[in-house]
Parts: sequence; structure tokens; C-alpha cells
Amino acid sequence: MVGIIGPNGAGKTTLLRIFLGLLKPGSGYVHLFGRTPETLGQEREKVGYMPQRSVHKQNFPVSTLDVVLMGLVTSAGLGRGFSRKQHEKARQSLDKVGLLELQEKPFSILSGGQQQRVFLARAIAKEPRLLLLDEPNAGLDLPAQGRFFNLLAELQETQGLTVVMVSHDLTVISRYAHKLICINRTMHIHGSPSEVLNSPHLEEAYRCEYDVLFGSKARGQA
Amino acid sequence: MEILSFGFMQRAFLAVLMVGLLCSTLSFFVVLNRLSFMGAGLSHAVLGGMAIGVLLGINPLYTGGAFAVIIALLIGYISKYGRLQEDTVIGIFFASGMALGIVLISFKDGYYPELFSLLFGNVLAVAVSDLWFLAVVMIFVILFIFIFFKELLTISFDEELARANGLPVTLLYMGLLTSLALTVVVSVLVVGVVLAAALLVIPAAAGFKLSNNYRIMMLLAIVVGIVSGLGGLVLSYNYDVPSGATIVLCASVIFFLSLFRAFLGKLFSENILLGGRKKTRKNF
Repeated sequence: MVGIIGPNGAGKTTLLRIFLGLLKPGSGYVHLFGRTPETLGQEREKVGYMPQRSVHKQNFPVSTLDVVLMGLVTSAGLGRGFSRKQHEKARQSLDKVGLLELQEKPFSILSGGQQQRVFLARAIAKEPRLLLLDEPNAGLDLPAQGRFFNLLAELQETQGLTVVMVSHDLTVISRYAHKLICINRTMHIHGSPSEVLNSPHLEEAYRCEYDVLFGSKARGQA
Repeated sequence: MEILSFGFMQRAFLAVLMVGLLCSTLSFFVVLNRLSFMGAGLSHAVLGGMAIGVLLGINPLYTGGAFAVIIALLIGYISKYGRLQEDTVIGIFFASGMALGIVLISFKDGYYPELFSLLFGNVLAVAVSDLWFLAVVMIFVILFIFIFFKELLTISFDEELARANGLPVTLLYMGLLTSLALTVVVSVLVVGVVLAAALLVIPAAAGFKLSNNYRIMMLLAIVVGIVSGLGGLVLSYNYDVPSGATIVLCASVIFFLSLFRAFLGKLFSENILLGGRKKTRKNF
């Protein structure tokens, strides 16, 4: 699990969107599975994505299973209905995040933590090998964050997933990530969490004093 | 059934039936994508295109259709690349298209009845050629929605994910706007420029209030669209009142009934009166 950290406006989400080919890099290039994002073709199926929580529409008239099924709507099946196999996959994926019993429930009545787990199920429904998560812990209280990350770690182990996660919350992410990359417009530091958090360059990246133990200043900044 | 013994009434029924089905199907995506202002803007702007037809002696539906599609795509394009909010762009075309229409029609002698029927619709004057145009538009739009339903739904819910999964989001959105433009033009036949937007919003809004399952919502929208269309037509015939406005009023009454029904449902399921848990729906 790789964590990408940095202050607001550092370009964390932008970096993910470049990975996905949603934005073109101003300079340099990105390779996923040996190809550029624009020419991914079928390899795109191997990339799962969980956008920031705020981007989906609230109060949308779909069931929980419908939301997971949307993760299987890709360019490959354009214009065709869902197959029985896809329904099965969606249900399995909902089962993995432990919410199968809510499959018929309207998505809009679920709690924030449950909705995040459903979005995770949506991202892993097509059985990706690379999972990109954008601020998956935003808006979750601490116990919900803990449950979410434990689930993620479990999935990573059982599915052999590579997880790349963006967050501005250093304290939480450093507990779960194996590697941290700190960016602010440019890459400042990368390495294991302890290397990154103890690096003198961290302050420079956040442009403020950062106390890892208390974490308050950086969170105020970010 | 003596009402159906007149040729013009038969044509009116067919027109209302098709427009009702078309508008309510599309209204589903209008409501979910918050395109109601787009619908209102297009239906007013289309007057400019229809006036060109009136002046040149071509069926206004054809010129209006072409005009509406161009305007819809322009709005889509400018708001995407022109660094302007979509509602700002719509606001500009809304009034200028209509102004163009009024000025153009005034060149025609005795323009008043012509303008009046464009503004408020005249379903009793629908010609057979109009019905054909309507049928073609209906088949195109309904096929488009039917074929790409799951993609359109996914884009409506979470555009970012749809793009990440490689869906041709811009193309599909432009297809939706084209469908909207064509639908607006044919609904002008029935309810006129001023009221066309109502048919593109109310059916799905009523469905949305009654169900949080999109399948049922779609079905309810279609029922509302067709019932209010046919009901409004019969009422207007019996009481000799303008058909377009009566149809829209029928739809509005059904919408308010659905609000009332949704309110009652809430009352009973959550016991607001007994001080039970109150669950508010977030605005969407």
C-alpha cells in the first residue's frame, strides 16, 4: 500500500487523475502496466478507482447493488445490459466489504461509512490489480476509518492488490501504508512511513512546522 | 368516444401520446442530471429556429429541430471550454433565441396567430407530417436511452468514475443534449414554447418523490406523462380550454398529489406526529 501525502493544492488528486488518463501531464509521462493511460485499452479493466466522496450525486434513486454494478460499466460493455455474471461479481464484491445484506437497500439511506465501503466494493468489482483511492477516509469518524483501513489491508492481502491512496491525513495513513510519497507540486520525499515522517524535508513540503506526534498543525494547514 | 371521430382529434391524441412518452422518458435524465434549466432554455430559444421555418415556408419543426440541436451542443461546448457556468450560457441563449424568434415572425403579415400557437402550442392543428417527424424523433431518442441506459445512469451518478472506466462521457452527454433538443421541439407542438419545459421535468419529479428505485421512478414518470397528456386533452375538449395549458396543469396536479403521498408515506413510516425519528432527505 502506497500513500500519497501532501498539503491542499499539492496535486495529489491531479496525480491520480493523470494515472487514469483523465488529465494529460504537462511534462513527463506515466506508464501503467507498461502502457500510457490513453492507450490502456483492455488493461484499463485492471485499474480500480474510488474518487473523492464528494463527486457523486446525493439522493440518487439507486440501490446499493446498483452502485456496485456501476463499477462494471466500462467501455468494453458499451450499449449492452448487465450479464448474470456481472450481477454475480457485484454481489461477491459487496460481500467482500461485508454489506451483502444491504444490497436491496436504497444507497441514499446508508451511513457515510457504509457508503464508503460500497464505493470500495464498486472499485474492486472488476477485480483490478491496481486500486487508486482518493481521500477514502474523508468524512469518516475514527472507528469507521479503522474498519475501512483494516478491510482494505485484508483485501490487499487476499486479492494481491496494489493500493495507491491519497490522503492529507498523515497520522492515519502512516499507520497503514508501507510506503509514503510526499508531494507538493513536486515530489519531496518517498520511503517508508518512518523515513518520511522523520525527514527534515517534510516541513519543507508542508511549508509549516509539523509535529508527527500531535499532528495538529499539518491538519490545520491541509 | 365521439371525441375520436374527428381526424384532427385522432392526430392530437397520437401526438399527445407520443410526446407524453418521449418527454417522460427523457425527464428521468433531466431530473437526475439537473438539466431542467437546460430544457427551459432550449424550449424558449427554439422559437428563433421555428420562426425561420415560418418565414421561409418550411415546416418549423425541421428548422426548429436543427436550431435546437445546434444551440444545445453550443451550450454544452461553451460551458465546457469557454470557462462559463452552464446556467450562464443557457441564460444567454434562452432570451436571445426567443428574441430572434419574435423579431423574425414580426416580418410576416398577420403574424399574431402564428406566434401565439408557437408560444402556447396548438395540438389540434397537428399535421400528418408533424406526426411523422415526431415518430422519428421518438424512436431515435428512446432507442438512444434504451441502448445506453446503464452508461447514462452511471454518468449521471458519478461522472468521474465513468471517465476513469473509459466511457465516452462527452459523446454520450452530447447525445443526451441532442435528444433533449429534439424532444423540446416536438413538445412545442403540444404545449408550446412557454410550457414545454414542464413536460420535461414534472413526470420524473413526481416519480422521484414516490420512489427511490430508478426503475419504478422511470415507470411512474411514463405513467404521469401519458396520463396527464391524454387527461389534459380530454378535459380541454370537454371544457373548451387551451389544451397545452390543461395538460401541464394535469401534470402539476399529479405532482402535488405525489408530494402529498410522499409526505403521508413519511408520516406513517416514521411517525413524525408521534415524535418519532425524522429522516430528512438531502436536497439533490
